[in-house]
Amino acid sequence: MVHSQTDLEFSPPEPVAGEDPTAGTKGRTPVSGGHLALSAVLPGFGHLVRGEWVVGMVFALTWAAFLGVAFIVWDRIFGVFGGPRTPFDGVLAVGTLGALLLVVWGGALYDLAVRAKRPVKRYGDSQWAIATRHFRRNRIAVAGLVVMLVLYAVTLLTPLIAPFDPAAQGDIVQTRYLSPSFEHPMGTDKFGRDVYSRVLYGSRISLSIGFVAVGLSVLIGAAVGSVAGYFGRWTDTVLMRFTDMMLSFPRLILLIVTIALFEPTIWLVVIVLGLTGWMSVARIVRGEVLSLRSREFIQAAKVLGMSDARIILRHILPNTLAPVIVYATLGIGTTILIEATLSFLGLGVQPPTPSWGNMIADGRDALLTAWWISTFPGLAIVITVTAFNLLGDGLRDALDPRLRT
Amino acid sequence: MSIIEGQASRRVAQGDRALPDVDPLSGADIPLPPPKGDSDLRGSTPDDVEPPADALLVVRDLKKYFPIHKGFFSRHVGDVKAVDGLSFFLRKGETVGLVGESGCGKTTAGRTILRMEEATSGEVLFDGKKVFTMDRHDLRRLRRRAQYVFQDPFSSLNPRLTVGDALREVLTVHRLARGDAAQRRIGELLEIVGLSAEHGVRYPHEFSGGQRQRIGIARALAVEPDLIICDEPVSALDVSVQAQVINLLQDLQDEFHLTYLFIAHDLSVVEHISDRVAVMYLGRIVEIADRDDIYRNPLMPYTQALLSAVPVARPGHKRERIVLRGDVPSPANPPSGCPFHPRCHHPLKDADCAKIVPPLADKGGGHFAACIKVPLGSAD
Amino acid sequence: MISYLIRRLLGAIPLLLGILTLIFFIINIAPGDPTARYFNPNVAPEVIEQMRRNLGLDQPLHIQYFRWVTSFARGDFGNSFGQMRPISEILPTVLWNTIQLMLISIIIIFVVGMLIGMYQAVRQYSASDNFLTVAALFFYSMPSFWFALMLILIFSLKASQWDWPIQFPASQMTSVGYEFMAPGEKIWDRLMHLAMPAIALGIGSAAGIARYMRGSMLEVIHQDYIRTARAKGLSERVVVFKHALRNALIPIITLLGLYLPVLLSGSVVVETIFAWPGMGRLIVDAIFQRDYPLVMATSFVAATLVVVGNLLADVLYAVVDPRIRTE
Repeated sequence: MVHSQTDLEFSPPEPVAGEDPTAGTKGRTPVSGGHLALSAVLPGFGHLVRGEWVVGMVFALTWAAFLGVAFIVWDRIFGVFGGPRTPFDGVLAVGTLGALLLVVWGGALYDLAVRAKRPVKRYGDSQWAIATRHFRRNRIAVAGLVVMLVLYAVTLLTPLIAPFDPAAQGDIVQTRYLSPSFEHPMGTDKFGRDVYSRVLYGSRISLSIGFVAVGLSVLIGAAVGSVAGYFGRWTDTVLMRFTDMMLSFPRLILLIVTIALFEPTIWLVVIVLGLTGWMSVARIVRGEVLSLRSREFIQAAKVLGMSDARIILRHILPNTLAPVIVYATLGIGTTILIEATLSFLGLGVQPPTPSWGNMIADGRDALLTAWWISTFPGLAIVITVTAFNLLGDGLRDALDPRLRT
Repeated sequence: MSIIEGQASRRVAQGDRALPDVDPLSGADIPLPPPKGDSDLRGSTPDDVEPPADALLVVRDLKKYFPIHKGFFSRHVGDVKAVDGLSFFLRKGETVGLVGESGCGKTTAGRTILRMEEATSGEVLFDGKKVFTMDRHDLRRLRRRAQYVFQDPFSSLNPRLTVGDALREVLTVHRLARGDAAQRRIGELLEIVGLSAEHGVRYPHEFSGGQRQRIGIARALAVEPDLIICDEPVSALDVSVQAQVINLLQDLQDEFHLTYLFIAHDLSVVEHISDRVAVMYLGRIVEIADRDDIYRNPLMPYTQALLSAVPVARPGHKRERIVLRGDVPSPANPPSGCPFHPRCHHPLKDADCAKIVPPLADKGGGHFAACIKVPLGSAD
Repeated sequence: MISYLIRRLLGAIPLLLGILTLIFFIINIAPGDPTARYFNPNVAPEVIEQMRRNLGLDQPLHIQYFRWVTSFARGDFGNSFGQMRPISEILPTVLWNTIQLMLISIIIIFVVGMLIGMYQAVRQYSASDNFLTVAALFFYSMPSFWFALMLILIFSLKASQWDWPIQFPASQMTSVGYEFMAPGEKIWDRLMHLAMPAIALGIGSAAGIARYMRGSMLEVIHQDYIRTARAKGLSERVVVFKHALRNALIPIITLLGLYLPVLLSGSVVVETIFAWPGMGRLIVDAIFQRDYPLVMATSFVAATLVVVGNLLADVLYAVVDPRIRTE
């Protein structure tokens, strides 16, 4: 055992940077069994009774909302399981609803029971913890996050909450081009289909295309960028020349050229979107890798005998994640816009499958007389992309400067 | 010849060796007096000497050049000669301090020796095996026996891994311990360097500079090496903390029988811990001797200047400083002959110094110096 | 700097070659045949064969490729399959139409964006700043074709329905009777037709520029030399316009060239909606008709525009930042 005699630092060190993240009970009053029981029956009310208004209201209102949805679509839920076949997305929707209810209920109990009593634990304060703290303080970004979560929840719950079947054409004469009313909040289109339901179903297409395409781009881009940045010299030159070449081409035109020449299907759209969007990610990752390469912990990993693959995967890539996450979030918004443009031109999702883009195209003919067909899908796009942009901006603020220590 | 006691502006006027009347601090080129016959090139160089049988590390004529590309076609126009012929050896259990100004190539030397960079030429033998021709497996085994401690405590640790995870990874990669045994070993390592086992769950940014340096040392110790190259390990730390870390390194050396190559730019730092000291200038070793010999009897004008700059903690003590004229020349374009001659204050400096590259010669009793004006026998 | 530019220019050549190859590759993998339009039971197979031979489609792929590349290098883009006339006749007019649109758009983007950004920076955190931030975000998140449709809806269709004093034309470049107008009237007519497409094309980018400008100005305004200028007693207007603006403009100016490809992509949709006879619409039509030479030619022109845009951005960057010049 080696102890330096004159070791001034021998006492256990205090955290050097920032606040102590693991403060224990936060000065809360102790929680009684009665509070827990009340929360088990009515999530949120346990908090309200103890005087924690904000948290309590949040739990109570979300619980009420989800429960309300469940009541309204009660027969639909039975329809999912009672019919001759059990449709997969129906099950998914019911499952999502159940999961959401469970999360709210469990979250309220957890907050009361566990967090109130946890002793002061000395856990390390990771970079992610720091970033989360800063993110939470940025209200607008949190709003963006909430909207995004709501959107994804809606896409999963659509089979339950859409009032009409999106493909159901009503009586052509009677029900077409109806203006917005209580029964059809967003009116009907040329075939008598309910625009609101179609907007909801369109959200599934747009959001999932956005997610998968960006995921593909990130995978390809991260691979290319990290290999180019790490191995340098010829690999770097060749890969970056290729990337520049791909970047030189206006993305939309390349997409149009490719999709128009083949059969436009959803899979093709997703894959081509993914294959044309990785370049910026590659540049970002390469830049980060280049700056990381000169950081001594990478050299240390080398001198400690770690293989290149291990260094790239465990040391370099996790440290490049921050700007990639920001870019990916903003990228989902951009991808949704591009997909809408493609569908508008007839090169994306084909009718009758509803996509916000092709709905806007449908409404073009009747723009003056039935403005609602084109307007509402566009509004949906604006709201969705705005949410992603807000979220992305918030992530950028929270992630970037803090992680340079 | 005894040591020259330097003064800030020293002029020598001795008969026909009078130097012209130029202000020595202006940096202007002083024309050199005609060559004399007292240049002494005798003495065996480290390359002539057989390294002792228990030498853990032998470096022979190590060279590392970085090519310079200029112009439209990125032509190879020259080289930055970072390391220009380094030869020395390290016995098992001893500490050699490698000292020099910034840019003299000592860090590059350290990295090249462990093959973190590929050398341009030369040979390094670790425990008799040639390092530069090792294949991947032998290199892997070398990594277990020779390690490196980095200069910057702030960037030498992965900010996303807890300290414990970083150490655990080393143990996993070299298959030294797993699971609970690994956890225990991590705790041991942390306590060895003066931290406590609970610190394993913390992240690097939660520690101070000195503590991070200790973690770096723990990480190097994790593989149980025989040799550790310490690259300016205390340069980034406060003075009070420097002493603690150096003491830690010494204690570790005693306990685990380690061999150190201690790279630093500060002679006072190196004095405490070294058995021998080597002084580098522009990629070459210009003086190497036992620690006491260097500090009591520095033969090279450069070493003398460096030593005169070391502060002495005695109030009222007047230092007689030798101030070197001019700037360090660029390693891409070293001066002809002796690389130090434009700044040298040796009274016998003449035109020979500009023509002859002085060999690192044994001036007596194992005290090597690269100066042709220092005669054989000066070190006895 | 000259050598840097020359190197960039030389580097652009393999870039363009690569793009041509990529397009050729995609076109030839795709199903579909330009002669497919002429298939019908009455047409003898030999006629189709002859047509293919005329168009050079019967040659092996690498020979076709070689011929394309060499004729492009000579500037000969061949004949359009669909329109049956030389592409070099078609392109200039179409290109000029698109350039008109892009020019007006760029002016709108940069002037509006910069003004708004500057205003926001000077009045940071005020109510108008917050409002403009939200508005900019909105327009930034808007699909341009939807915005174009809304513009048409409100300023064209509803305007004529509700009889507003100013009504914008919903399509085309010119009104009926354009040839008979006086020069002044012609210019006004053209501008009226340009207004909505240019706004639709540029609004998203303008919002983006406003965001950049705001950030850039804020950074500059908080610098010490601005404080010094104020301390010297200069009026706020001089401080902002003369000192802060010049430095804040630096990153923005370099964006000028980079927005060319963005505008080109946007023009595809906007031109389709407004029936504007420009490059964007031409590309789409050519692709749908499998008009290979036209597709290659227009893609090539598009790629060239992008490369020119990047070069322009580099040149402007060097012009604006004296540190680069001395490298």
